[in-house]
Amino acid sequence: MTSSAPNQKTADPGVMLMHSEDLLNWSRASSLWPLTFGLACCAIEMMQSMASSYDLERFGIFPRPSPRQADIMIISGTVTYKMADRIRRLYEQMAEPRYVISMGSCSNCGGPYWQHGYHVVKGVDKIIPVDVYVPGCPPRPEALIDGFLKLQEKIKQEKPLTGAPSAPQAASTPDQPTEETLSAEPQPVPDAPAPTAS
Amino acid sequence: MLTNETVAQDIIQQFGDAVSDFDDPFDLLTLTVTREQLIPLLQYLKDHKTFQISFLTDITAVHYPDSPGREFCVVYHAHSLINNYRIRLKVYLSNEDLHVPTATVLYESANWMERETFDYFGILFDGHPKLERILNMEEMDYHPMRKEYPLEDGTRRDKIDALFGR
Repeated sequence: MTSSAPNQKTADPGVMLMHSEDLLNWSRASSLWPLTFGLACCAIEMMQSMASSYDLERFGIFPRPSPRQADIMIISGTVTYKMADRIRRLYEQMAEPRYVISMGSCSNCGGPYWQHGYHVVKGVDKIIPVDVYVPGCPPRPEALIDGFLKLQEKIKQEKPLTGAPSAPQAASTPDQPTEETLSAEPQPVPDAPAPTAS
Repeated sequence: MLTNETVAQDIIQQFGDAVSDFDDPFDLLTLTVTREQLIPLLQYLKDHKTFQISFLTDITAVHYPDSPGREFCVVYHAHSLINNYRIRLKVYLSNEDLHVPTATVLYESANWMERETFDYFGILFDGHPKLERILNMEEMDYHPMRKEYPLEDGTRRDKIDALFGR
């Protein structure tokens, strides 16, 4: 891309060549909008990550107040049995593709309540699928940011158009299916990459 | 400036035998009141011209499994925002009869506090508009803060003091 002066409305016309899947993945990975909700002390660290010192917005991560607008759910804290129904429901209200970061020991495995807690779900992955686990009690903002970077790497491996989910065997033949889809261009793009029989 | 002495004298004059066990641990006036006179006492403190103890800070309970006839104690904390003065009222209940009149007739804020106390101790607040569990799930069939569950396994070896240099 050519650089231009900020006051110049039009840059020099240029052409960028890339696979449409890469474009999709790039745009998805670069604007991960989390659902605004916090469950426990991890939420305080999450707030720190979003505030000025750590500034998650430089990664395009910007909290949204509605599950309909959110791409990612950060499970930041202790998941109680009573909250589990609500979390499941919020997750189902999110539009696909949707991702989940489990932040902290409590949501990873139950944390300090793993044995004697009468009220805590022993890991949020018992109710919703989790993409990235961030360890810590609570994790520092750097750890959460690392979780986001790991998730971005994961998203960039996905095959949203060719339908193959980010499975290990997809890595062996990465390019052929993409070009086939590109040649058959006027093809209706499926709105949500339906995970065909994972 | 309210002193514990003046407040206690006033309450004794008004309620007589219904109040007992006056004490002031950490300078906090604490007294026991009968179940029948609880709401009148809260009302009296709320409407009192000088006390104006009109803020309900908390409702909770304590379980004393080893004191027969007084197994449960419901505790009310109230605050006078005008005088910056606090008071603590206790109502003792026996295991067979866990009924207390609701304080929601005086304080809307008592609604959730009483639900929580019901949730964790099983105290039944008569007249409460919606006495359901508030923090735990509905399906739960026990009250977790009662002292009737076994403590941690005594044979555990991973928490002995020597391992932590104590």
